[in-house]
Amino acid sequence: MLKLAAIKRRDHFELHVAIEVATPGIVALFGRSGCGKSTLINIVAGLLKAERALIEVDGVVLEDSSKGIRLAPEQRRIGYVFQDSRLFPHMNVDKNLRYGERRAPAGERRIGVDKVIELLGLGALLQRRPHALSGGERQRVALGRALLSQPRLLLLDEPLASLDAARRDEVLPYLETLRDEFALPIVYVSHQFDEVLRLASHVVLLDQGRVMAQGGIEAISLHPALRTIVGVDAVGAVLTGSIAAADPQTGLAAVRVGAGVINVNLRNARPGATVRVQVLARDVILATRAPEGLSVRNVLVGEISRIASDDAETDLIDVDVGGAIVLARVTRAASVALSLRQGMKIWVLVKAVSIRGHAFLSPLI
Amino acid sequence: MSVALRSVLASVPCAIFVAWWLARSRSHGRLLLDAVVHLPLVLPPVVIGYLLLVIFGMRGWLGSWLYGTFGIQLIFTRAGAALATAVMTFPLVVRAIRISLEGADPGLEEAARTLGAGPWDRFFTITLPLMLPGVLAGAIIAFAAGLGEFGAVITFVSNIPGETRTLPLALYTALQTPGGDAMAARLAAISFTLGLGGLLVSELIARRMRRAMGR
Repeated sequence: MLKLAAIKRRDHFELHVAIEVATPGIVALFGRSGCGKSTLINIVAGLLKAERALIEVDGVVLEDSSKGIRLAPEQRRIGYVFQDSRLFPHMNVDKNLRYGERRAPAGERRIGVDKVIELLGLGALLQRRPHALSGGERQRVALGRALLSQPRLLLLDEPLASLDAARRDEVLPYLETLRDEFALPIVYVSHQFDEVLRLASHVVLLDQGRVMAQGGIEAISLHPALRTIVGVDAVGAVLTGSIAAADPQTGLAAVRVGAGVINVNLRNARPGATVRVQVLARDVILATRAPEGLSVRNVLVGEISRIASDDAETDLIDVDVGGAIVLARVTRAASVALSLRQGMKIWVLVKAVSIRGHAFLSPLI
Repeated sequence: MSVALRSVLASVPCAIFVAWWLARSRSHGRLLLDAVVHLPLVLPPVVIGYLLLVIFGMRGWLGSWLYGTFGIQLIFTRAGAALATAVMTFPLVVRAIRISLEGADPGLEEAARTLGAGPWDRFFTITLPLMLPGVLAGAIIAFAAGLGEFGAVITFVSNIPGETRTLPLALYTALQTPGGDAMAARLAAISFTLGLGGLLVSELIARRMRRAMGR
């Protein structure tokens, strides 16, 4: 169990959070910049002092202000990967990697140097200095360095934020490997929903220092608080399903979602694997009758479970497609013309190409 | 030469500590210490020499204690000359170290903390190596400047041949002696070369180290 609770006041800002989640797994702290994500993980690492805090990792209390316990950062054994990597410029990659390892208690060295070097693909970089590395390589080294300090908990503070799209795609698979290889609790700070979609097992929505919502990513993707954070255009239901069939020729995979099946463009899809997809609400078309003669491959039938007006022009419709919810965003005019109402039977149409999906090699936690 | 070298050896470790404190501390004492450290730059060197006389002279409160307890005499000795030079060049060393320290990211020390390094460990493995270019540059500048220290030295330890006669004192003596012009010119040339050389070498070292660290 991971328990993070903190109260911290600043001039025009108050952080007030309490999070409790099962370990291991990745907890994503998601929110806009300035919502308190970084403040919270600096408190967790012990680099920042909160008015009140309780930090507990798998039964080990690292800070408990009610009992006057507050371990120094160097005694917490919390690995921290900073946004700007913070590699030591006067040491080569090898020495950077071993810095934390040498300081970890001898009896606690579960994570080996060779394994980390292999998993993160660092073999060719060992003799290089940090300034001779690309941004993506630097973050991989920083990850390895944090891992080798044999941490109880790993904190990742927007580790991909300083990278361009190509470098991000280079590092993301390593983060997945890390999640799957080491049974470590990880706190992942991000303001990119697609990273959260790929990595997180538990999502905490933060806004202005408060927890707006927390839970599994499917539930969070439907939560109204997310709309104010990512904007209505980026809202879309996250669905988890298993791959029923995959066609390597077309790159299309049939994913079982709720009572139906949707086709998604997926690389490396293997039948039986678990997959998480996001269907953006603005890409969903609703029909009141079974459609015919359309190019759209994905037609699910369901029932409207909720209608919410997010602004003057559009409605957000929750459609229950047999155990899973798909979000649709339609104009108010269309909503009125089709006389959409709760409990109504409805057909949901989605273009396969507009679905963001990601296959998981290991079962989701 | 020996005077300047000794003065550097004495001032650098103190300067590292003072510079580190000045760069990282946020206490109120910082401003005062900062001002005191820089005093030798603005006071006439004779004043510093006089203060040293008052403190370390045979009747000075520290001087008499040192002599009485350890038999150490600073006044009119080579060690005294080194002390006077060290005090005068101290601000230069502190400045150089502090600049290199302020350029180093305090985030690196935070990173070291999360990796389990305690305060002394951090200082020796992260902070000190990062300020090394400044330390070296400061030491070389201090050495070059120390060779030229005149006022404080002559006031504190006088001008004794073979004991406290430093290069500028010898130069001054040569100028006062009839027919000493050639000697004076030679000494001036040595002084010029050492000064210029010191500045160049310190700049080169600083550059090379900066490049090694990718900054």
